[in-house]
Amino acid sequence: MTDHQHSTDRHPAEHAHPKGKEYLAIAVVLTVITAVEVAVFYIPAMHPVLVPVLLTLSTLKFALVAMFYMHLKFDHRLFSWLFVLPISLAVLVIIALMKLFGVF
Amino acid sequence: MAVAAAVHPAPHEEHPTSTGLSSRKMLFWAFLGSECMFFGSLIATYLVYRGRDTVGPHPHEVLNIPFTSFSAFVLLMSSLTMVLALAACQHGDRRGTAGWLAATALLGMTFVGGQCYEFTHFFYDGLKLQGNLFGCTFYVLTGFHGTHVTIGVIWLWTLFTLAIRGKLPQEKSLDVEIAGLYWHFVDVVWIAIFTLIYLIQ
Amino acid sequence: MATTTAPVGVATGTRTSFAAGVWSWITTVDHKRIGVLYGVTAFLFFLIGGLEALLIRIQLARPENTFVSPDFYNQLFTMHGTTMIFLAVMPLSASFFNFIIPLQIGARDVAFPRLNAFSYWVFLLGGIFLNLSFFLGGAPDTGWFGYSNLTSKQFSPGHGVDFWAIGLQVLGISSLAAAFNFIVTIINLRAPGMKLMRMPVFAWMTLVTAFLIILAFPVITVALVFLLFDRFVGTNFYVPASGADPVLWQHLFWLFGHPEVYILILPAMGIVSEVLPTFSRKPLFGYPVVVYSGIFIGFMGWGVWSHHMFSVGLGPIADSFFALTTMLIAIPTGVKIFNWIATMWGGRVELKTAMLFAVGFIAMFIMGGLSGVMHASPPADLQQTDTYFVVAHIHYVLFGGAIMGIFAGIYYWFPKITGRLLDERLGQIHFWLNIIALNVTFFPMHFVGLLGMPRRVYTYAPGLGFDTMNMISTVGVFAIVIATLVFIVNFLRSVRSGETTGSDPWGGATLEWAIPSPPPAYNFASIPTVHSVHPLWEADASDLIKDVNRVRGPIHMPPSSYWPAVAALGIALLMSGMIFGWWFGIPGLLIMLVGLYSWAFEPCH
Repeated sequence: MTDHQHSTDRHPAEHAHPKGKEYLAIAVVLTVITAVEVAVFYIPAMHPVLVPVLLTLSTLKFALVAMFYMHLKFDHRLFSWLFVLPISLAVLVIIALMKLFGVF
Repeated sequence: MAVAAAVHPAPHEEHPTSTGLSSRKMLFWAFLGSECMFFGSLIATYLVYRGRDTVGPHPHEVLNIPFTSFSAFVLLMSSLTMVLALAACQHGDRRGTAGWLAATALLGMTFVGGQCYEFTHFFYDGLKLQGNLFGCTFYVLTGFHGTHVTIGVIWLWTLFTLAIRGKLPQEKSLDVEIAGLYWHFVDVVWIAIFTLIYLIQ
Repeated sequence: MATTTAPVGVATGTRTSFAAGVWSWITTVDHKRIGVLYGVTAFLFFLIGGLEALLIRIQLARPENTFVSPDFYNQLFTMHGTTMIFLAVMPLSASFFNFIIPLQIGARDVAFPRLNAFSYWVFLLGGIFLNLSFFLGGAPDTGWFGYSNLTSKQFSPGHGVDFWAIGLQVLGISSLAAAFNFIVTIINLRAPGMKLMRMPVFAWMTLVTAFLIILAFPVITVALVFLLFDRFVGTNFYVPASGADPVLWQHLFWLFGHPEVYILILPAMGIVSEVLPTFSRKPLFGYPVVVYSGIFIGFMGWGVWSHHMFSVGLGPIADSFFALTTMLIAIPTGVKIFNWIATMWGGRVELKTAMLFAVGFIAMFIMGGLSGVMHASPPADLQQTDTYFVVAHIHYVLFGGAIMGIFAGIYYWFPKITGRLLDERLGQIHFWLNIIALNVTFFPMHFVGLLGMPRRVYTYAPGLGFDTMNMISTVGVFAIVIATLVFIVNFLRSVRSGETTGSDPWGGATLEWAIPSPPPAYNFASIPTVHSVHPLWEADASDLIKDVNRVRGPIHMPPSSYWPAVAALGIALLMSGMIFGWWFGIPGLLIMLVGLYSWAFEPCH
């Protein structure tokens, strides 16, 4: 539902987006992290720490995409709040439900 | 919520807003916040029901990590092409915009195609939507993600059509940016799904 | 470029053909007209829900009554709850959001006028769809919280539950779209100088409510998706035989359901926080505390859901946790009550009807709140749950609370909406009849509940001590009906021939009272600059009033559009196709796509 009401909106605060090179660098980092994740999955020695390592790595990927590709790092803080608060709530709900159902 | 109502009359702004921020973009971030709760509930259900099945197939018997790693990589790369499309649009590069939009849409279609292939395979491995809990929670969660990707692909081709007709000039880069937010969101959801469902079995 | 300068009054209006008139309402994107549409539609649904309650009470008047069949009784209480929550209280609140919020924050419209129209049309069609079930094989009959696995195909083979689940999904789309719209409107369209802490409390409560909606509705959407998959595709989300746990439904439902309780009550709290200062001639006592309490309730509302599920047996740790959070959330609510009372303290209290309803709201809400805190204790709750004690509690907070608050709002803002006053004498009769009748109806339910009368059962045996109390409750409902009829008569008379009024009949403090009644289509000829929480009570108010009504050149308003209504129709057909078949679904899909694309590409400047 694209509403073209304010299609000419442009704002000074939103101009400082990074350049193509930085985008590419992020993509390389994301690829490397994904490769590490899959590697961790296949290395038996890593299995005792599999869950915390994977959760950390995927959170890192998540944060990189949100901060750089979705520009939260450069945009107004309000947008970050609109996204981070619901995400935190969702994570808390997931943890609470797992706890209530005795998953851990 | 530290939005002081400082009114900066932004240049080229037809409707000045209290925060100086675009209303459409704000609406879209609120929408993504809402989507977090949607996927959060789906993921919670998957995690709550994991390991309760008495009959197979179980996750480790069907999930194909190498194949899905490739899919995850494809979707990550589509996020790169998406920001490049936005950058091109912001620089008024019409051909770049159209090209990167098309690339993103094609990568998205590759992902959806991969999901169709994966679903078919799982189906023949005995994983049914109407079968065990793993079947129904897995198909519904990843199916909703796939639906989101499909909607994104349609959105991207729509923008592509506009771009090649020269209807996505610099001033309309917000249209591309918002589509991009959607696309990246679908990507980060897959980052979560890939870890929580595929890698942590 | 549509340049509108003629006032498009709600009650007035030029003499055009009937068809043109109807068409102008279908295509309207004016927040004031949409607010009126919401209000009228929701009030009609309120009457339908009331009729259902009346039938329920007639059935329960005497023991072993046979006025309605057990089966129809189940449909009645299910539809009564669903209708009152989703089709009456929520959209009545939405009606005030629509009409009042842009006026209070000094805006010409909401941020997305066409999305606003879309929300209304989806709501209307969803409500009609849900009620069609009465005529198409029977209405839903599983209670408004539709516990699994009673809702499974095995135990509810008819289409009632399908209508319920699909209807709620459609209504969810409407609520979500409206909530996104109001979040952006309130954050982004405030008049210059109106910092967040200078907003009227009603705008604040609307903002908190909108956030609760966008975070709570996705959860029930998912729960209903699972239910629909179970019923239509044969999945096993809630089927115990496959290892699933039907309690999952309860968790997902109440994760939505408890925030929903605050979605119902916060707007009424906001209305009351506007009415009390106006008729006490005193600013709201402790404005920031009321605001922060509202925000705190919004957060805490997420941590209490399992107090609806104490009887499940979640274990001592979970029970203790949710008991504590529930007792904790009573604190900000209590704080607000003290603030309201302190607002009246020492003020020049003027007991107009709106004020009476606001004061009545406080009294009734305290009653409901007290019985609510009693449920917070799990051992007490185990005695009270599923009895009429809980029915008494919810009706004190929702009828005594939310509905009384909404009536306060109707009496307060009716002159702004129509330019005419509601009759004060009939209003006073309405109030006194209403508050006596509601206590006669609901107070005895505390007793029959503690005596053990279960809710949702179509009859009871004589000699259990329930007989007299039930008869009293039923008599009370008839008095509520009379009170409501008094209101309807008052409304219909006053709309046509009520006393006309100027821009500010009550001496209100907020911006909506600075402009004519009814407001012109563009609301403010010039957007005001605000320096205070109560701009019209400042020394320079007369300058501000002069200023906002001075036209300085052409005003651009968004043109009307029928695409939102088309898109809404498409969505309703698409979703109803799940029951009616693909010859509804496929055209629905196409109409929706045409509607959405035409909407997106429609020029609007």
